[in-house]
Amino acid sequence: MKQIEGSRAIAETVALCRPEVICAYPITPQTHIVEALSEIVKAGELDPCAFINVESEFTALSVAIGASAAGSRAYTATASQGLLYMTEALYNAAGLGLPIVMTLGTRAIGAPINIWNDHSDAMALRDAGWIQLFAESNQEAADLHVMAFRLAEELSVPVMVCVDGFILTHAFEPVDIPTQADVDGFLPPFEPREVLNPAEPITIGALVGPEAFTEVKGLAHQKMLRAIERIPALASEFAARFGRTSGGLVRSYRTFDADTVVVALGSVSGTIQEVVDAMRDKGQAVGSLSVGTFRPFPFAAVRQALMHAVRVVVVEKNVAVGMGGVLASDVREALGAEAPLVHTVVAGLGGRAITTTSLRRALEQAHAGTLELLHFLDLDRPVVERATAKEMCR
Amino acid sequence: MTAAELLSVAAFLEGKQAQAFPSFGPERSGAPVVAFCRIDARPIRSHEPIVEPDAVIIQDTTLLHSVDVFQGLSPRGFVLLNSKKSLDELGLVELASRLPHVQARVVDATATAEKYLGRPLSNVALLGSFAALTGAVGIDAVLQAIADRFRGKTREGNAAAARAAYELVTGGAP
Repeated sequence: MKQIEGSRAIAETVALCRPEVICAYPITPQTHIVEALSEIVKAGELDPCAFINVESEFTALSVAIGASAAGSRAYTATASQGLLYMTEALYNAAGLGLPIVMTLGTRAIGAPINIWNDHSDAMALRDAGWIQLFAESNQEAADLHVMAFRLAEELSVPVMVCVDGFILTHAFEPVDIPTQADVDGFLPPFEPREVLNPAEPITIGALVGPEAFTEVKGLAHQKMLRAIERIPALASEFAARFGRTSGGLVRSYRTFDADTVVVALGSVSGTIQEVVDAMRDKGQAVGSLSVGTFRPFPFAAVRQALMHAVRVVVVEKNVAVGMGGVLASDVREALGAEAPLVHTVVAGLGGRAITTTSLRRALEQAHAGTLELLHFLDLDRPVVERATAKEMCR
Repeated sequence: MTAAELLSVAAFLEGKQAQAFPSFGPERSGAPVVAFCRIDARPIRSHEPIVEPDAVIIQDTTLLHSVDVFQGLSPRGFVLLNSKKSLDELGLVELASRLPHVQARVVDATATAEKYLGRPLSNVALLGSFAALTGAVGIDAVLQAIADRFRGKTREGNAAAARAAYELVTGGAP
């Protein structure tokens, strides 16, 4: 166990996974991760490994795609605008079935420019064909990378490990970095299904016309869904070897007999658990559900966890402008026709702190039946109203 | 942030649970920044910023005029300020009457750092005073955290500064 910065813990754990090619372009709040990895590679502690500096995120992922297609275990990391700049390559990595692992230090997207945490970047690319895992703590952030390489390579699907920017990446917490022997025991060497090799040329990513494109996409969907079975199995195997619980599809906290269940992604889950405990102490039947696997979406696990709830409050760090909350929308889909009331609480945008006080106020309102279906936590209403009034005068 | 990091490491070395994290402002040198540290006997789950601190360390007292640095401070909390001035000269008599059970202390950590480190970097030295003032961590753990974090002359200088700043508060050797 070490008291260590999240970024450093992630870098050290990624190094234990023996990536052969690391290619990244620095962007806040991801920078410390790739800086630490570049130091590890330069010190010769990760060998063989090529650390490749490039001029953009688009190239960073393109290099990872080339490396993975040529049979190397490839890793990259980015955040925010950097992820958007990778968009075209993200779809290609997934479409080609390349098991690249990426860390996303989740951050808001401009304009207006903002370097702080929310989930706008992860949500924007949620349907690019990558598995998306969310970390609650730095211990889980580190552990998820070990599972991510194994999962990616078993299924030939790229995996994005989403780690809250600053809140986790820049936080010092105790982390148990696994041993090389344990990681090697869990993660066998990469055995690519196909390798681009000039001596035995093959074509990948060739043109597919209307006669087969639907089948290709249908197969991709089926392959992605296999992660729903593999992720709990890998989490169990991980727990048996490493002696702690990390990963999995969803994690329930005091949901048994809960009328109100709060659903969230990532590091806010711990803060929510504090609120749950405080409200339970007052006799209120509240629980919480942390969604660890966001893509593929674990519909059955979410449905089962929320089956007995009277109301569900989805706290999410993004807003789909003109629609509402992405996670809440998926939760409603999971619950089907006889759904309990599902509220969306948009919170933590652009680094706005999500406090236990504000969360508790929103939950009390949900209990009292006064919470809006779509609620912006701690919204400064006078500011918004003044701006709206000004707009109307034009 | 380095001070918060070292404080969390010192607490960790004493077998406690700890969490340190920054709240970055605009990315320019000299901009006001806040960093937080939680210390607990139980594992720390929360990731919210600290809004009701038990202790506040103020490295730059010019911030006293622009930010309410004592907002949410525990009525029995601690305030440690880095300044050449006294509490009176800093205009903190009012604080003492508002929060009579708060223990406030001023140390000239910048001068201490200049003396032992050769540079006016007060953050590490202040941890020595903090250990003496609050007892939240021991000076030995602080010195160990410094030894783990720095190398060479910076290590020696910071350790000596932290020890001296500890003695400024205790009035004697550790």
